Amino acid sequence: MSVAAGSASELTRARVRSAWIFLTPMMIVLALVAGWPLIRTIYFAFTDANLSALDDTRFIGFANFLEYYEGEWYGLLVDPDWWNAVWNTIWFTVVSVALETVLGMIVALTLNTAFKGRGYLRAAILIPWAIPTIVSAKMWGWMLHDQFGILNEILIGIGIISAPIAWTASPDTAMWAVIMVDVWKTTPFMALLILAGLQILPTDCYEAAKVDGIHPVKVFFKVTLPLIRPALVVALIFRGLDALRIFDLIYVLTSNSRETMTMSVYARQQLVDFQEVGYGSAASTMLFMIIAVLVVLTLTVGKVRLGEEVK
Amino acid sequence: MKFQALFGASAMTLAAALMASPASAASVSISCGAVGQELELCREAADAWAQKTGNEVVIVSTPNSTTERLALYQQLLAAGAGDIDVFQIDVIWPGILGSHFIDLAPYSGGVEKEHFPSIIENNTVDGQLVAMPWFTDAGVLYYRADLLEKYGESVPQTWDEMTEIAKRVQDSERGEGNTGMWGFVFQGKAYEGLTCDALEWIDAYGGGTIVNGEGDVTVNNENALAALKLAGSWVGNIAPEGVLNYAEEEARGVFQSGNAVFMRNWPYAWALGNSEDSPVKGKIGVAALPKGGSDGKHTGTLGGWQLAVSKYSANPEVAADLVMYLTSYDEQKRRAVKGAYNPTIAALYEDKQVLEANPFFGELYDTFVNAVARPSRVTGTAYNQVSNEFWNETHAVLSGTKSPEDALSDLESSLKRMSRRGW
Repeated sequence: MSVAAGSASELTRARVRSAWIFLTPMMIVLALVAGWPLIRTIYFAFTDANLSALDDTRFIGFANFLEYYEGEWYGLLVDPDWWNAVWNTIWFTVVSVALETVLGMIVALTLNTAFKGRGYLRAAILIPWAIPTIVSAKMWGWMLHDQFGILNEILIGIGIISAPIAWTASPDTAMWAVIMVDVWKTTPFMALLILAGLQILPTDCYEAAKVDGIHPVKVFFKVTLPLIRPALVVALIFRGLDALRIFDLIYVLTSNSRETMTMSVYARQQLVDFQEVGYGSAASTMLFMIIAVLVVLTLTVGKVRLGEEVK
Repeated sequence: MKFQALFGASAMTLAAALMASPASAASVSISCGAVGQELELCREAADAWAQKTGNEVVIVSTPNSTTERLALYQQLLAAGAGDIDVFQIDVIWPGILGSHFIDLAPYSGGVEKEHFPSIIENNTVDGQLVAMPWFTDAGVLYYRADLLEKYGESVPQTWDEMTEIAKRVQDSERGEGNTGMWGFVFQGKAYEGLTCDALEWIDAYGGGTIVNGEGDVTVNNENALAALKLAGSWVGNIAPEGVLNYAEEEARGVFQSGNAVFMRNWPYAWALGNSEDSPVKGKIGVAALPKGGSDGKHTGTLGGWQLAVSKYSANPEVAADLVMYLTSYDEQKRRAVKGAYNPTIAALYEDKQVLEANPFFGELYDTFVNAVARPSRVTGTAYNQVSNEFWNETHAVLSGTKSPEDALSDLESSLKRMSRRGW
């Protein structure tokens, strides 16, 4: 991608040409399956479209976002439910991704050492990640059930709690239940990405550290962590993006409950349950903008230049 | 499974359309609920009709939650999909979905006059009969007759009494080692069912129907407050905390396994509670829901399901014939006797066999006829949003995250915002 204009040789130009030929089909597909829906959603955000009569839509400007009507402000930007969903999403993302990173790191470090049966363990640890989210969410829904759930059974059995807890129903525990299931499901993914980073580290630094008799904890913070930082940041961005648009797990476990409603659940409720395609599209557009801003922020603060990863 | 059924149905509809000749047998698909014995009864009846007419019926099962079912229907109908010919729709949906259904009056031969007029009126949108009533519903109070007798308690007449009796019996039973016993279970999940339950509490106290017939938001009043205050005291006291995530079947699960003294549910739970394998068989009774204080009233939310034919159906005449068969006198009688589904034909409430199977149909006739309707007519397509606000605020009161005062005033302001340009 570092073609200096003007000094391009015939060979470089031929390469660029074939690159475009190879890229074009992909870009057309992307434009069709990602670009077009995105543009259409943004267009709908400025209309009063309704699911029951999609042909009969009017352009209403920014009214879905913010509107002044008879002395009061209306619209998405002043909707407390929307901001509740935004904070829920951010809280969920920060907590779950942080937990997944720490646990994933521990798992990856363990799997990176040589021991018997390592291959099997690496395969086994991926199982939670491989189960479809709907299936694992339903499974956890039953395990967390207040009357018949195995989790309450175990906790009462060993005497930690005296009465069953309604994990997904109680406002105090609903979000934590969701976070727990997400951590269970996604830690393997984090571990895998970090493990990939660990496996390409040069061994000479470690040998030098060993010769100098440095404590392993210090080695981790001074050698391993700085070296895998690029891989770690990429993993964090992947997971962060994924977590910001979380939908299926939360919808199955707690449906439209306010305690756990995320931006995606909110947008779906407006689009489908309330048939407000215009307003729901406004919410989806905001979701897109928020994610875009957060990605730019992360890239800037993390000082990651994605282009460099290619080397 | 569902998608296979849908694809199968669409493939068959397509095949039927291609081979269309008036004499040949058609294939129609019908969506049936699966709460309690619904699916079984629906399949039996559909098969009987298929045998009689030589047509074929494909049954598509749908989610149990009314809220999710509506979402599915909306997506199918908005896309103009002809995959489902006959839709089973909730009593509150004619206003939301009516534009997608055909007028059934030309096929009914006037039999709609035998059904309850209030339901026929409810199902008439812009002068068109968009759905035929299949069964009606009203919330009722189930109680454990054996336990009330054991402790010398009577069937509660007011919600306060219910709360006290539930507490006393629950504590006594727990004292005797029955540690899993709870006083009261109901539908406390944040979905349409909670709207039904909470409307009953408020209406029992004379607190109105959230939005009145003229479209004014009336919910923030003293009587509604009294109702929500009492309801807010239940969770953790006489109702398990899990009730905050219970729909009909979860509540029935707890009651039918013998772990609750009282339950609010629809009449269908009667037949199942008295079925052969039920642990509480012969030990349960049904009464009208309690009044809100001595000058309150017995009430129940009007529920019930209708059958409608999709505009996008390839065989609307055949589908309409199926609807008329399923909603007929004989079929409604069979469903009442076998499944305790309330008929929508007044004459069936005097039928001996029906009353023998469901003695409470006669005693609670007034409750069924005078059930309180949710404000779906006046709020039209916005009903789902109104209901959503209502159940969310009620849920917040039940789970203790909001005071009843705050919940009602927040609800009032959000409903007023919603209706700022009329419903």
